[in-house]
Amino acid sequence: MNPANDLINPLLRLGDSALIQGQRLCEWCGRAPALEEELALMNVGLDLVGQARNWLDYAAELLADGRDADHLAFRRDERAYRNLLLVEQPNGDFAVTLLKQFFYDAWHLETLKGLSQSADARMAGIAAKAVKEVTYHLRRSSEWVERLGDGTEESHQRMLQALPRLWRFTGELVDIHATEVELHRAGLWADPAQVGEAWRAKVESLFARATLPVPEAPSHFYLDARRGLHTEHLGPLLAEMQFLPRAYPDAVW
Amino acid sequence: MRSGELIGSDQGARGLQQGDLDLAWSTLDQVMDPEVPVVSVLDLGIVRDLDWQAGHLQVALTPTYSGCPATEVIENDIRQALEQAGFKAPRLVRQLTPAWTTDWITERGRQRLRAYGIAPPSGSSKRSLLGDAPQVLCPQCGSAHSERLSEFGSTACKALYRCRDCLEPFDYFKCI
Repeated sequence: MNPANDLINPLLRLGDSALIQGQRLCEWCGRAPALEEELALMNVGLDLVGQARNWLDYAAELLADGRDADHLAFRRDERAYRNLLLVEQPNGDFAVTLLKQFFYDAWHLETLKGLSQSADARMAGIAAKAVKEVTYHLRRSSEWVERLGDGTEESHQRMLQALPRLWRFTGELVDIHATEVELHRAGLWADPAQVGEAWRAKVESLFARATLPVPEAPSHFYLDARRGLHTEHLGPLLAEMQFLPRAYPDAVW
Repeated sequence: MRSGELIGSDQGARGLQQGDLDLAWSTLDQVMDPEVPVVSVLDLGIVRDLDWQAGHLQVALTPTYSGCPATEVIENDIRQALEQAGFKAPRLVRQLTPAWTTDWITERGRQRLRAYGIAPPSGSSKRSLLGDAPQVLCPQCGSAHSERLSEFGSTACKALYRCRDCLEPFDYFKCI
């Protein structure tokens, strides 16, 4: 095992997930159902883009091939992206957006807590900072899932419709990957088994309060973000996000 | 530009003298947050260290939030202010550890926030992150009878509240 090398893909997974989730949230700009929600969605997105920059800065240093964080964000193709399949899914309605946010936040916070204990001081520092921000994100998305699930007939129905659209992408949040287990043994990464258990526990307790059913664990999925095999939704997202730097390389303000 | 020599060890500049670091601190105390122009970067507690490194002044800064768009503006403002005070090519480094906490906002900073109409963070960051609801005093009338409108406000660092006595909405500087 070469720790510096092995860290690159998991780091890209964290950074890319934060970036793509942030980009999806920005799609709500000007369209949120209320001003307060607009502010909240954009603030969460902003935190995530900032975190993505921290992770991608570090990944770029380890890659040491002359690319920087901007290059990683704006010049990589879909197959080189390592983000969770969950976060690239379209926003749908407010139920889909908030349920997706909750699934991601619950995984994200657990992962970051583990990483804040990493023997790699750089990683621990970025994670410890992000933990504070993501604590707020999770609190907010949990409140919404509960309110919508245990809300009106209409909001409950919307949540029931959102659930199967997203549930099949949650297998990635609880799976146990050999590289991450190795990194965890080396004191560098969060314990994947613990992250998965904590995620399930959070979902079960919140769903009980939100009067939502917890489906069977999702079965193995043929796509695999760790190998760059994404759903059809990432390509169009990147086309929009990367348009300007690709059309006008090296443009400056 | 202040008259006299530049402070820095390159050609045409002199080395560090007694009083220079004090000058740097007092210069930084004049650099205001671009979003909340009544609190200085020292009030916010984001300047973690001032040091003389390899012939240049070095400033260690910690960002408030990972994605705070004011970070770059603050860095530019600090650089400009220090250069105007005579420091040659000051070095700015970002320091992420330990992560910034609102506990570092000075007492003077809290008073200035309140006078500006922003409720300063209430309680310690640990309790707030554990989910304890803070008691937020209205910066207009001082009433504790306030309610949260939104966990997030006009910038990443603020939440939106409303006073139930004087009915004014106000920003609350979130405790992290």
